Amino acid sequence: MSLVYAGVLSHAPGITGRADLVRDVSIRNEFYEKLDRQRKEIEEMQPDVLVVVAAEHFANFFMNNMPAFCVGIGEEHAGPIEDPEWLKIPYTTVPGNADLGNRLCTEIMKSVDVAYAEEWKLDHGIMVPLHFLTPRYDLPVIPVNINCQGPPLAPLHRVWAFGQALKRACGTVPERVAVVGTGGISHWPATPDSGKINAEWDVEFLDRLRRADKKALLSYTDEATYREAGQGGFEIRTFIAAAAAAGGPLNLQFYTAKLPIFAVGCTVGRFEIL
Amino acid sequence: MSLYQLQKFLYVLNRDQASQRRYRDEIHELLNDFDLTDEERQALVEGDIGLLYVLGVNGQILMHFAAFLGIEWFDYLELMREGIRKHGPVRAGVYAMTGGGERFTQEEKTR
Ligand SMILES: [Fe+2]
Repeated sequence: MSLVYAGVLSHAPGITGRADLVRDVSIRNEFYEKLDRQRKEIEEMQPDVLVVVAAEHFANFFMNNMPAFCVGIGEEHAGPIEDPEWLKIPYTTVPGNADLGNRLCTEIMKSVDVAYAEEWKLDHGIMVPLHFLTPRYDLPVIPVNINCQGPPLAPLHRVWAFGQALKRACGTVPERVAVVGTGGISHWPATPDSGKINAEWDVEFLDRLRRADKKALLSYTDEATYREAGQGGFEIRTFIAAAAAAGGPLNLQFYTAKLPIFAVGCTVGRFEIL
Repeated sequence: MSLYQLQKFLYVLNRDQASQRRYRDEIHELLNDFDLTDEERQALVEGDIGLLYVLGVNGQILMHFAAFLGIEWFDYLELMREGIRKHGPVRAGVYAMTGGGERFTQEEKTR
């Protein structure tokens, strides 16, 4: 079959971990409702697997051997690595799909050099999305990581090439594949500036996704992103990879900068697949 | 090199339950596996979030360590600000404080 769904969503740990601290409960609940709608939209496409293109936070990879791109081809994955009480997501095991992961990886490698891993620990970057999208943890997940933690970082045109390679790979397998990219847009996570959001920058970035404007999306430099969107802004790579996989414009289903307690502009969207 | 070792210690601790047990039971033996300065060793033994932040530990690694220590969210943010007040700006890495110590959420301002 091929790619049957492509979307984006936020993954900041506060989304679950600090749910009870939120003052503006109505906007929080609206965000949760939009995430639940995303779950239903994915389920309607009856995927065999969910590929989560994530920006992990040192659950598996460190500066001793940091892959720019890595695909998780293990039988199963477990998480969160964080204190479950802190994240408010219980420790659980999530099924993988080793056979499909192998086939996708082999296809991707025809145009992009990716690493693979048969062992994969899940941090909030994947656990938070799964908490909303596959709350019973019954849909097999293939985790994908793009290093967004610190330089040297894969340039954006290579991120685009990776997304396209993923799309091509999906086209070669009989399974129905759903893909979500999960990152933050502008944010300064885990610093004293947590809660700072450059909403104007976010809106411009999301607009580029909405226009499916590849040239504009790839024109960001890491220096400017760091300055205007924080170290968390490096995670736009996950959204750009999902955009490249989809090929079409983003239908932005939710965005708010009014939940700074979650430390990120909260986002939900679905791409048209072209 | 030392910041690399410091972060590696925390990376291993954050994702490995056996190391977490050793952190609680025999921290000095665990620390011997890494090439650390006395200042870094002390910061790890004391769970000194402010100093670790100023030394340049990546925020994602530091945040998970703070969660492991059971530090509440707003206390974690304040400990980093205290570290800046005491030791000066972040010395390395990309997790510098850029907001001048401001609190960015209503929830924290009125806690
Ligand atoms: Fe993240």
